[in-house]
Amino acid sequence: MKFLVCISQVPDTTTKITFTPDKKALNAQGVQFIINPYDEIALTRALELKESSGGTVTVINVGQANTEPNLRKALAIGADDAIRVNAEPTDAYFVAFQIAEVAKKNTYDIILTGKESIDYNGGQVPTMLGEFLGVPSVSVATKLDIIGTTATLEREIDGGKEILESKLPFVAGAQKGMAEPRIPNMRGIMTARTKPLVVVEPSACELLSSSAQFDLPAAKGECKMIDPNNVGELVNLLHTEAKVI
Amino acid sequence: MSVLVFAENWDSKFKKSTYEAISYGSEIAKQAGSSVTAVVIGNVSDDDMKSLGKYGAQKVLSVKNDKLNSLNPSAFASAIVQAAQKENVKVVVLSYTYSGKSVAGRVAVKLKAGLAAGATALPSSVSPFTIRKKCFSGKGLTDVAISSDIKIIGLTPNSFHINTTEGSASIESFSPSFSDADFNSTSKETKKTSGKIALTEAEIVVSAGRGMKGPENWGMIEQLAELLGAATACSKPVADVGWRPHHEHVGQTGITIGPNLYIAIGISGAIQHLAGVNSSKVMVVINTDKEAPFFKAATYGICGDAFEVVPKLIEEVKKFKQQH
Ligand SMILES: Cc1cc2nc3c(=O)[nH]c(=O)nc-3n(C[C@H](O)[C@H](O)[C@H](O)COP(=O)(O)OP(=O)(O)OC[C@H]3O[C@@H](n4cnc5c(N)ncnc54)[C@H](O)[C@@H]3O)c2cc1C
Ligand SMILES: Nc1ncnc2c1ncn2[C@@H]1O[C@H](COP(=O)(O)O)[C@@H](O)[C@H]1O
Repeated sequence: MKFLVCISQVPDTTTKITFTPDKKALNAQGVQFIINPYDEIALTRALELKESSGGTVTVINVGQANTEPNLRKALAIGADDAIRVNAEPTDAYFVAFQIAEVAKKNTYDIILTGKESIDYNGGQVPTMLGEFLGVPSVSVATKLDIIGTTATLEREIDGGKEILESKLPFVAGAQKGMAEPRIPNMRGIMTARTKPLVVVEPSACELLSSSAQFDLPAAKGECKMIDPNNVGELVNLLHTEAKVI
Repeated sequence: MSVLVFAENWDSKFKKSTYEAISYGSEIAKQAGSSVTAVVIGNVSDDDMKSLGKYGAQKVLSVKNDKLNSLNPSAFASAIVQAAQKENVKVVVLSYTYSGKSVAGRVAVKLKAGLAAGATALPSSVSPFTIRKKCFSGKGLTDVAISSDIKIIGLTPNSFHINTTEGSASIESFSPSFSDADFNSTSKETKKTSGKIALTEAEIVVSAGRGMKGPENWGMIEQLAELLGAATACSKPVADVGWRPHHEHVGQTGITIGPNLYIAIGISGAIQHLAGVNSSKVMVVINTDKEAPFFKAATYGICGDAFEVVPKLIEEVKKFKQQH
């Protein structure tokens, strides 16, 4: 079974977000970039399935050279090889298109992504990738099992969960529940250095959308403190001032 | 700039997010002096489809096909794209629910159209076409500029008001064509989070964390939620140790919600927790520690012991409900 796991790099979850003075980009100074947490879940599930039924796990990123430490980390966690498409990821369409171009040349059985990247929070790469490749996609999957050439997935739907069966190949976006992320061990870190990391150039792709400007959300007003012995005041404020009850 | 709205239904019924999407689409159409068509996939009654006129849809394209009774992203996207082409629309609006999310990207690829995934407001400008959305888990905002001829908008639920007017939509039955590849996955079973209000749709959410000490103390949380007609949620560690089910976990690695009112009880307000709830319009925090970071994000705060404050709050809400 050949797995392809899509890895994006995002600011660490505790980062205080600020933007450059021209508001065109994230102010990356002092920001630590990590593997998107959902992508770690996807990677771990791919490794578990590889361990139980054999195969290879390839990780792929569309990004500049500064993502390579995170690709090495994915190799240290256990991926067999890595591909970096050497381009600035502009939007989900561009990223999915580039990954699809690579996937078309390598027939993978299962392609996993995270359910969303925690930077742009789009959640579109898995769905778009499914469309580019003409295969089924599950955008938010909480479980994944494979028997023969059929996969059983559990996905989140509005108001519940759904179990579905899908033919291979397919694309799924990993959500918490699919696996518990692993951390690399010493041996993994040592072997990661010698595993292949191939850089490929992007294919031509139209630009359909871009982030024109970034802003910080309006600052919250002061929190209004209410005396714990006067809880009635809270109910009153929620009704008359906030108008939410 | 005519508009197509994918009017989602669940078990043959529309929900609030559907009306929000139609209201949103009709606002765009109104500004452009054009019309709104809704596409409905599944067995919704004629009366319900006509009622979409009240929110601004002039016409409903009704797609009925036994194979489409459960969500199939590929087939749904095919139907929506064919409806968009038939109506020659320039804008396609979907609500960014789980189902909307799972088809929006396919629609975008098929139409070679830019997508604003998770829009929170009307376009701020039409040329260039720019739409605001949240990014960095609510810690930032960005204006997405779409340069393609057709624009796809995934509207975040609970971020746009419902408009009602007089009117009834006309219904036209529509039979798009499908390929075998559209049906490469099949639904086996659905498990509804039964009887309760779904977290992602709730207008009020009562949430609790480790400060509750143990699962046996959740009775008051549930009671408060029930009184307020709210859904219940929890912090990550609470779900991790099994005090509460995983589907209640909100935050960076859980569910993202944006209710009108979020009540956080015994939750410290870690940045990863806030990432999932900072879109809430009003936040109430109840915590013993006046230094808890959550107070910085809150609208109203009570510094006190949940085991004393929550029972009092329950009594006050009961009193309030008797009077209103
Ligand atoms: C990568 C990553 C992702 C994460 N994702 C999430 C996520 O999605 N969601 C999430 O919630 N967390 C997430 N976390 C964990 C997060 O950092 C916090 O550890 C977690 O939110 C804390 O949960 P808590 O507030 O319930 O518990 P605690 O931090 O233990 O806080 C308990 C609070 O209860 C208060 N308290 C105690 N007794 C009482 C009482 N009697 N009455 C009132 N208040 C009381 C305390 O003062 C304290 O503020 C993530 C962490 C990481 C590293
Ligand atoms: N630049 C990228 N390179 C590789 N994979 C990516 C990239 N951006 C996003 N992805 C994958 O797509 C998923 C969803 O991302 P998004 O659609 O941006 O929310 C992520 O969890 C990743 O698995």
